[in-house]
Amino acid sequence: MRVTLWGTRGSVAAPGPETVRYGGNTSCVEVRGADGTFLVLDAGTGIRRLGGRVGPEMRVDLLLSHLHMDHIQGLGFFRPLDEPGQEVHIWGPPSTTLDLRARLSRYLSPPLFPVRVRDLPCRLTLHDVPLERFVIGGLTVTAALVCHPGPTVGYRITDGSTSVAYLPDHEPALGARHFPGQPDWTSGFDLAAGADLLIHDAQYSDAEYPQRVGWGHSSITHTLRFAEATGVKRLATFHHDPGNDDRALDRLVDEARGAFDLPFQLIPGTEGLSFDLESR
Amino acid sequence: MSQKAVELILMRQLASYLAMPILLFDPAGNLLYYNEPAEAILGRRFDETGQIPLEEFYSLVKLTAEDGSPLPLEGRPLVIALQKHEAAHRTFRIQAFDGIVRRIAATAFPLEGQGARHLGAVVIFWEESRP
Repeated sequence: MRVTLWGTRGSVAAPGPETVRYGGNTSCVEVRGADGTFLVLDAGTGIRRLGGRVGPEMRVDLLLSHLHMDHIQGLGFFRPLDEPGQEVHIWGPPSTTLDLRARLSRYLSPPLFPVRVRDLPCRLTLHDVPLERFVIGGLTVTAALVCHPGPTVGYRITDGSTSVAYLPDHEPALGARHFPGQPDWTSGFDLAAGADLLIHDAQYSDAEYPQRVGWGHSSITHTLRFAEATGVKRLATFHHDPGNDDRALDRLVDEARGAFDLPFQLIPGTEGLSFDLESR
Repeated sequence: MSQKAVELILMRQLASYLAMPILLFDPAGNLLYYNEPAEAILGRRFDETGQIPLEEFYSLVKLTAEDGSPLPLEGRPLVIALQKHEAAHRTFRIQAFDGIVRRIAATAFPLEGQGARHLGAVVIFWEESRP
C-alpha cells in the first residue's frame, strides 16, 4: 500500500514561499493498494493536482472525513468528475437529517459553484458512509465517528497486512480530565490502534491549544500522546495551522522530539511525501 | 474491550463537568458511568465500582415506589428509555451502596445515534427534599 500526501494544511489554503516545504494545499491523501485499488481521502485543494494523475479508466473512491470547506473545496476541480463515463464513488458522513447528496449539493450548486452535482458528466455514486467495515477493491475500510464539530469520521484502511489510520480533524482530548484515558473511552482509539501509519491532526502548539479548546483539533502533545497510547509505528503530523510557516512547524516537531521519548517514528507531514507500507 | 461510540464518550465527558447527578447506560442496561454528583446519592465513588452489569446493578441498588411497594421494571424510567426509546420521568425511592433510603426524581432519555444506532440511555436524577 502506498500513501501520498497531496495536501496537509488545515482550515484554509496557505500558499506562499514561507509554506513551500510543508505545503499550502488543504487536506487530501492518496492511498493505492498493491492491486491498483485507488482511494482518495478528502477533497481539499490538494486534490486538484492529484486529479491530473488519474486515468479515465480508473475507478475512483473518494472518502470524505467531513464536509467542512477545507475538506471539500477542491472537489469541483477534481478532473475525474468532469470525465464522461468515469466511475467515481464519493463516500462521506450524512447529518442526522440530510444525506450526503443533499449536504454536498449545498456547495456544488450556485451561487457557490456553477455546476450542480446532477450535471457532472462522470458516473457518480454518492454513499452515506457506513459506520462499520466495508470493502473497496483490495482494501478494507473502517469508518467511525470521531470527536470534531459536526458529523465527522476517521478512517482505517488495510490491505490485510498493513494499515493506515486517517484522523485529519480530531480532538480526542476534549473534556477528558486525564488524556489519554482508558482506551475504550478515547475517541478514535480503535481506528488508530497498532496502525503502521497514523495521519493525525496536530494543528496547535501546546501554548495555542487552551485558547482553542472545542474547535475540534489537537495540540502536538495530545497527538503524540494519542499515537503513543494507540501503539502506532509511524505518526505523520497533519492539518497544519495556516498561520504556521515552515520554520514554525519545524520548531513544533523539533520541540516535540526533544521533549518526549517517542516509541514511534515522528514524521512531519509535508505535501508530496509518500509512504510505502510493506506487506509483512 | 472495544472502544465506545463517540457519542457515549462525549456524553461522559459532558456529565463529568455537570453538577447534576447523571448515570450513563449502554443499550443492554449496563451502567457505564456515573458522575461525582451521582456518587453522593449512590453512596460510592465510580472509581470504586467501575462499570456495573445490569443484573449486578439491580441487585446492589433497590428501587421501590413511593409507597414502599416494589417498582415494576416496566415502570422504571431507564427501562422505558432503553426498551421503548422514549423519555420517561418518575419519582421513587432508592437504596444504593450506602444503605440509605432516598427519595429521588429521575428522568431518563434514550441516546439515538445517526444511522438508527441505539447507543444507550442517560438518567438524570436529583434527591427530593421530602423523605
